[in-house]
Amino acid sequence: MIPLDHVIALSAILFAIGVVGVATRRNLIVVMMSIELMLNAVNLAFVGFNRFWPGVPGAPVLDGQVFVLIVIAVAAAEVAVGLGIVISMFRNRDSVDLEEVSLLRW
Amino acid sequence: MVNPVESDLLLWIVLLPLLAAVFHGVIIGLVRRPTERWLVIGISCGAVGLSFLLTCLGLAELIQLPDGQHLLVDDVYTWIGSGLGAENLTVELAFALDPVAAVVCMIVTGVGFLIHIYSVGYMEDDEREDSGFQRFFCYLNLFTAAMLVLILGDNLVLMFLGWEGVGLCSYLLIGFWYGDRYNAYCGSKAFIVNRIGDFGFLVGIFTLFWAFSSVGSPTVSFREIEAGFDQIVNLTVSVPLFGESRVVTVVALCLFLGACGKSAQIPLYTWLPDAMAGPTPVSALIHAATMVTAGVYMVCRVSYLYAASPEASAVVAWVGGITALFAATIAITQTDIKKVLAYSTVSQLGYMFLAAGCGGFSAAIFHLGTHAFFKALLFLGAGAVILALHHEQDIEKMGGLKKFIPTTQWVFLVGALSIAGIPGMSGFFSKDEILVAVVASHVPGKMWLYTIGVVTAGLTAFYMWRLQCKVFYGKYRGPSEARKHIEDPTGWMMNPLYILAVFAALAGFIGLPQVWADLLSGPEDSNSLGNFLLPALVAAEPHALERSTEFKMALLAVLSSLAGIWLAYVFYVRRPELPGRIAAVLSAPYALLKNKYYVDELYDAAIVKPIVAISDRVLYRWVDMRLIDGVGVEGAARAVRSVAANGLKYAQSGLTQSYIFLMIVGAVAIVGYLLR
Repeated sequence: MIPLDHVIALSAILFAIGVVGVATRRNLIVVMMSIELMLNAVNLAFVGFNRFWPGVPGAPVLDGQVFVLIVIAVAAAEVAVGLGIVISMFRNRDSVDLEEVSLLRW
Repeated sequence: MVNPVESDLLLWIVLLPLLAAVFHGVIIGLVRRPTERWLVIGISCGAVGLSFLLTCLGLAELIQLPDGQHLLVDDVYTWIGSGLGAENLTVELAFALDPVAAVVCMIVTGVGFLIHIYSVGYMEDDEREDSGFQRFFCYLNLFTAAMLVLILGDNLVLMFLGWEGVGLCSYLLIGFWYGDRYNAYCGSKAFIVNRIGDFGFLVGIFTLFWAFSSVGSPTVSFREIEAGFDQIVNLTVSVPLFGESRVVTVVALCLFLGACGKSAQIPLYTWLPDAMAGPTPVSALIHAATMVTAGVYMVCRVSYLYAASPEASAVVAWVGGITALFAATIAITQTDIKKVLAYSTVSQLGYMFLAAGCGGFSAAIFHLGTHAFFKALLFLGAGAVILALHHEQDIEKMGGLKKFIPTTQWVFLVGALSIAGIPGMSGFFSKDEILVAVVASHVPGKMWLYTIGVVTAGLTAFYMWRLQCKVFYGKYRGPSEARKHIEDPTGWMMNPLYILAVFAALAGFIGLPQVWADLLSGPEDSNSLGNFLLPALVAAEPHALERSTEFKMALLAVLSSLAGIWLAYVFYVRRPELPGRIAAVLSAPYALLKNKYYVDELYDAAIVKPIVAISDRVLYRWVDMRLIDGVGVEGAARAVRSVAANGLKYAQSGLTQSYIFLMIVGAVAIVGYLLR
């Protein structure tokens, strides 16, 4: 069986990639993809912890899986809204570059 | 030790008027459409009437109890409970009916009921937008409930609750016709002057609680205070300016300050004459018969406290005596019919304190009762006169009204005779009791107090007969066109007057002093009121006055009264030009009396004006405007604005990625801190 350390390490690596993506890329679609990557890193951690948690004797251990389902549902909603904003931005500016939208400042 | 008997009646005596007040309040405040008149009348008068019947039942139950066991209690629930051990404060919502409370309660509900009935007639044409008729009865019911809490409350805190409640209702009812700013001013004056007294009352309660707490049995309940009184009798406390004083004296004087405010004694009496701005039934109920006697009742309720402190008793007696004389002299020159009666009330309350200070607590309660009857009668009679003359209160514009309103004249005459102390009327017996108590006491300067009492009796007779003569006898001095409309009021107003007249004349026989009973070959032990009250009060010292001395004293008082009456008759009926000439000759003393010794002006200059000046110039313009508003509120806003405008704003660059970067740095910092 794969030890828990490996699962956590994979999750951490995925999360770090996501963070770097969000922080460095200027393409809005890539930024959103990076956010998805972070969310899935967390999902992976949930599932892994669920697998290794002894839980209550006699009862099935499903807490982590349930969390993951909720995160997936929320992520789907978030993507729907996010892509809507991207489309609206593209129609107005002919671009999906984050540098282009910096009007709200001092 | 008294074993109290449980009785559920007492709660309902208080609750009925309270429920009526709540009903009216809900209708006025939430439904906003006045109820049918008959319903208002039925609920208000019905509640107080039922309360009176319940009090009668309670009294009957009380009398049937064995001797020395006259106490009914009704413990409803624990209102306040806090602290442990020596700091334990437990305030029960409990009511107790002892003989003193029963007598005063009978007067409040009985006279209160009659005045409710009278008010129906008096307030009949109050057709204003703020549903005046119902509002009036709402306040009256609330007042009755608060007064009953004050009387029946089984501890000092509950009594204080009622005490404040009646103060509030007094304020609301004095300013009842608030459209006139003067009335609102008078209401505020009454409220504020009473605050000073209430402060004393509160300090008294605190000190008493502290004293009991320091001997390890903290309590505010009357029964426990009385039972454990011996423990604190010799305690001392250091008071600023006075040094070491006995706790008992301090408490007694603090409570007496409270009584001075509520019962309009020097130096806090100035609010009562101005309280006459309210409708006349209010003056009768609150400012003559019931609320203003609360101070006397309170002093009697803790009579053992005053009996244990001769110093405090002397202060009570002297303040009472001086107030009695002082107010009576002012009453002589006033020309407003209600003001004369107001000063008369102050004077009579002084009489009651004179009795209480001299140890004659049962005499004080006796006079409280008879005064409630005859003064309510006089006020309601004055109300009838005022209404007949369409709200004319100046006695210079009255005169000769006997022809127009004969019935009112007769009932007013009964009241005037009673307060003047004509033998056989109630005022005679109670005044007699007080004078006997004064002579029998050990108060320093008691013969001076006795002289004051007798002189005041003469002055009382004089100003009452001045009123009677100027209003009802002689020639009519008002505008001639108003003449046709003067007539006696309707049954709603007249019937209570008849009942009160009967009581004002005969109530004295309840507490008939033994000397008079012997003279009339009446029963042994005739002073049934005194005997009934005895267990609840500290017994007056058994006086060793000769019977002949008592008769001589009574004769002196009666002569003094008759002299007053005769003088008033000569001055105002036989030779009406005489008072004017005397006033012209003695212009300085006359002006002094006419202007009420300039006490209002003195207070105004010494207290009100400086306080207003400090509030306006210093507290308002400097502390509030400059310090709190300028530096505090606006200064804080200015500081935030300047920091934001000069530095913080650069953080908002509009670059999404810089925000994200800051967010990540923050998240890493927090995680790093948690994992450290």
